[in-house]
This record gives sequence, C-alpha cells and structure tokens, in this order.
Amino acid sequence: MQVQTHVDIHSEWGIVAARQAGRKLAREIGFGSVDQARITTAISELARNIYLYANKGKIHIEEVVSSGKRGIKVSAIDQGPGIKDVRKVMEDGFTTSGGLGAGLPGVKRLMDEFNIDSELNNGTTITAIKWLR
Amino acid sequence: MRIPILKLHDYLLISVQVELDDKTALQFQEDVLSKIHAEGSRGVVIDLTSVEMIDSFIAKVLGDVVDMSNLMGAMVVLTGIRPAVAITLVDMGIMLNEVPTALDLEQGLEKLQLELEG
Repeated sequence: MQVQTHVDIHSEWGIVAARQAGRKLAREIGFGSVDQARITTAISELARNIYLYANKGKIHIEEVVSSGKRGIKVSAIDQGPGIKDVRKVMEDGFTTSGGLGAGLPGVKRLMDEFNIDSELNNGTTITAIKWLR
Repeated sequence: MRIPILKLHDYLLISVQVELDDKTALQFQEDVLSKIHAEGSRGVVIDLTSVEMIDSFIAKVLGDVVDMSNLMGAMVVLTGIRPAVAITLVDMGIMLNEVPTALDLEQGLEKLQLELEG
C-alpha cells in the first residue's frame, strides 16, 4: 500500500510539522539517515518558501513506485504570487528575503528529480522526487 | 521555546536538544548575544549532536551567531555536527567556511582554550 500525507503550511509551525511528517515517511519507505536528512531538509526549504512568499499552501508527501523503483515525492503547492523568473531563483545565492539563496537550488541538488510549475499571480507547484537506491 | 545556556568560567556551553523552528532559532541567537554581554564571556561552544537537520535558514542563523559574537569579542565553536547534516549542508552548497568547528564538546572547549589562552 502506498502511503501519503499532507501538511498545511500557514505558520512557522507548519514548517516543523512538514519536516517531521517527511522524515517519518522517508524512514518508513526505507531511506537511510543521510537521505532522510536530505529529504527533510528539502521539505523544510519548500515549506519555508510557501510561508515566506505565499503565506499559505500545502506540502504533499507520498510514496511513488515507478518501473520497480520506490521513492518519495514531495509536492509544494501554493496559490501565491508565483515566481517571476524561474531561472533566477535557481541561481545559487539569489534571494529576495535576505536568506542565503541556497533554498531552491539546494532542493534540486538534494533530490533526484525536480520541477517548478509557476504562473505569475496564480501560484506555484514544485515537485521533487528522491529514489531509493 | 528557549534553549538553555550554561555558564562555565569564561565560557558559555549550549547543547541544542530541540527541533529548531524559526522562532526558537532567532530567540536563541538573541539569547546567546545577551548572555555574552551579561557574563562577559570570551568563548561559546554550541553543540549540535542532537540536531538532525540544518536547512539554509538555520545555517544562516548559526553563521550569524558566530559573526555577531565575534563582533562582541567572543569566539564561537560549533561542535558535533552529524555526518548526515554535514553531507546535506555541502550538497546544498553551504560550507560555513569561516566557522570554527570541532568534533565534540570536549574538543570544542580545547579549541577555545588554545585560541584564547594560548
């Protein structure tokens, strides 16, 4: 049976709840401690982006199975302002919030697959998958 | 939530034992600086043995604590960073290059003593 979980992000506590849910699911799927840390960190970055830029949204975390491989898929969904320049936010060090600018490019490197779907004034959906090796 | 800060002679010892949310991290930053000021501390060891995840925000807060404490004249050493946390940080491109680190609390204290007392 495939498992999934959702966490609503509308406060800083949502960020903590999302990473705890992600760590639990990653452990259940069978990821080791290093990948658990990678997945949890990626979820934390995505959840914080929702909170910072869209105020609210949600994180879906689910198990995925594809051609015999198992993995974990994280989707971050918001109806916020959207991302004006997706290329720009994927540059290391680019930030509009005074952070390190390591968030989204970091998530891409921590996970195996990464996709941004963003429409200005309409919201952003980011999906990222980590496969079990 | 407040993270307890212990005083030991000229040093402050902190062991982060809670899951760091953003507010706790920022409160911690402020508490460390106030305590350095109040106690006239020369060195601080922040032990991260129990911390399972450091994301870019928490990394920034920790890096800032080091810089801010340096400005006040106190040296900070981060200790006990777990293998999974170190791997994740470097994966993300966060090197914390200028930040003094040590394997554990004991070596962190030794590092402070070497630096500050020669």
